[in-house]
Amino acid sequence: MDISFFVQQVINGIALGSLYGLIAIGYTLVYGILRLINFAHGDVMMVGCYVAFYGIFLFSFPWWASFLIAILLTAVVGVMIDIGAYRPVRNAPRISALITAIGVSFLLENLGLVVFGGRPKAFVRPDFFSGVRDIAGVRILDLNIWTLLITLILLGIILLVIYRTKAGRAMRCIAFDMETTRLMGVDINRIIAVTFAIGSAAAAAGGIMWAMRYPQINPLMGILPGLKAFVAAVLGGIGNVTGAMLGGLLIGIIEIVMVAFQPDLAGYRDAMAFAILILILLFRPTGLMGTKLPD
Amino acid sequence: MKSIDTEKVYMIAVSRYFQVYHSVQEDDMRPKGFPIIFLSVFILFSIGGPAFSQAKKEPVRIGVFLPMTGGVASYGQMEWAGIQVARDMKPTVLGRTVELFLVDEKSDRIEAANAVDRLISKNRVHAIIGTATSSNTMAGSAIAEKAKIPIVSPTATDPRVTQNRKYTFRVCFIDPFQGEVAARYAYQSLKARRAALLIDRAQDYCVDLAKFFEDSFKKQGGKIVQKTYCQSGDQDFTAQLSAIMSSRPDILYLPNYYTEDALICKQAVELGLKVPIMSADGAQAPELIKIGGKAVEGFMLTGHFEKEGATTKLARRFIRNYESKYKTDASGFDALGADAYFVLMNAIERAGSTDGQKIRAALASTRKFEGVSGVINIGENGNAIKSMVILQVRDGKFRYVATVNP
Repeated sequence: MDISFFVQQVINGIALGSLYGLIAIGYTLVYGILRLINFAHGDVMMVGCYVAFYGIFLFSFPWWASFLIAILLTAVVGVMIDIGAYRPVRNAPRISALITAIGVSFLLENLGLVVFGGRPKAFVRPDFFSGVRDIAGVRILDLNIWTLLITLILLGIILLVIYRTKAGRAMRCIAFDMETTRLMGVDINRIIAVTFAIGSAAAAAGGIMWAMRYPQINPLMGILPGLKAFVAAVLGGIGNVTGAMLGGLLIGIIEIVMVAFQPDLAGYRDAMAFAILILILLFRPTGLMGTKLPD
Repeated sequence: MKSIDTEKVYMIAVSRYFQVYHSVQEDDMRPKGFPIIFLSVFILFSIGGPAFSQAKKEPVRIGVFLPMTGGVASYGQMEWAGIQVARDMKPTVLGRTVELFLVDEKSDRIEAANAVDRLISKNRVHAIIGTATSSNTMAGSAIAEKAKIPIVSPTATDPRVTQNRKYTFRVCFIDPFQGEVAARYAYQSLKARRAALLIDRAQDYCVDLAKFFEDSFKKQGGKIVQKTYCQSGDQDFTAQLSAIMSSRPDILYLPNYYTEDALICKQAVELGLKVPIMSADGAQAPELIKIGGKAVEGFMLTGHFEKEGATTKLARRFIRNYESKYKTDASGFDALGADAYFVLMNAIERAGSTDGQKIRAALASTRKFEGVSGVINIGENGNAIKSMVILQVRDGKFRYVATVNP
């Protein structure tokens, strides 16, 4: 086996995996605090992509301004979803919140179809990210390096927020025991809103990186990355932010390696991700990193 | 307690995935009951013509099912645009107005079957136009066949679409022809000897077309050096492309839809793959160029129609009408949508009735019909026999290269 071929495939895998990881971080954050699997996460990501798209093409903002606006607006959308959909079922059984999340997901998808139209739109990658490096026959995109960097930076910021700020302490308390936290005088709704804002902002960042890598956005684009990120989050130990990142990388590498070395199985790459999910649930339900947040 | 909860959550997660993406395939696609829960079907009524003058006569109801959303939404939207222009050009048949009923099949097989069911049982249509892709046409026509409602597909090119079907027709050529022309062109004009393929395994069209290309290319004396697969909706092709690169082909054949093709081309350029890329009619959508950008320059394909290669009178009239209505160029899918409409109207006229069996007989005997995309003969099995164009992307536009006759 050609060594540069192998290295290239691993790099392809890391590139894909860091995208999964970036999306998985937001997923796992919300789960870790609220014990809610936010199925709308992928669709929130889609909203982020469209905001960035329209920022550039309709209002011709520079790309960085457009991305910043997209991230902020998506954070607002996340908070609105929390207030409108999840807050009313906060004290209902967990399954109700889950079904609500699926409802929100469908709502966003179909709203997207009506508002943005069903035809895919071309997301143009800014020149800043367009470079390609060729190192001994192995091609690396600048974008891939940036994605990995942004994922790590975001991971750092989120860990900092959770473990070094007052809001973060409140978040950890909510994860521990919501009722007691409320009794301690913490404004639970506000803290949860902050959690959703951070999670959605991370989704938007992930979505924008995704759209630059696969420059074709449509209203249903969030479903599959969302589910893969979910698998990544479970693999890493759901609720664990670092684990989500690792899980994402692993899923990406496994997928690429499978397609590269078993081309006949290429049609089953999605099935592979879900097979991993099932195996993890059977043999190590807490995921690779266990769960640091107490149950 | 907690673990039971989590299990439930995961089960729902997984089942949701399968709901959205992998609907189970069955021979009989008729849905049990009518699962409207997840459907949001848009029915658009055509703008009524001078309805008052024919107020007494019952309109001719034509059902249209097309992918207006989902993975191949562009096909549906283009064909629908073409059909509407065609209807404006010919709003009446047998002295009755033509009423169009559009149902979105969402680029999904099950939805396609539902759409046809709905058109027949709810809108009581006399004939059906649809749909753009082969797999979905097969799903829909299974239901139309039982109801004995003729169905005309604009662009389903897989030979199996009309096999063992009595009421199913199409106005496009079929894939053996397409695969052969592409292989011949690659071997003789591009002097390619080593071909690689990347095939979308989820589509009958792509799998069969790949096979026709392969057989024909081998017969010419060429060699298939790499065959890799993907699935509709995939976005990352780096693994397959890296494998293709290491096999050093001198042509890459992509028998897929524009969504995948555009991303494949983009990633091919990023990985440094520098070989000519050829594809088929599925790639002829403006999105290919919008999304592919510079990466699809030089991209070649076998297609149904291109403005520059238009020959018939109807084509010139259609292009004029289309461009004054939409202010953009008419593409192959617009033309084929219009052709499905014109051929169907012509058949109804000759049948002198809206009875399904009579329309069927008239459709089957369509000869030398001067359509938009060329002269159409309906041959055996309800397949159209017609010419093909070879196109190339140059300066961000599909340009006409040559016409190939069957």
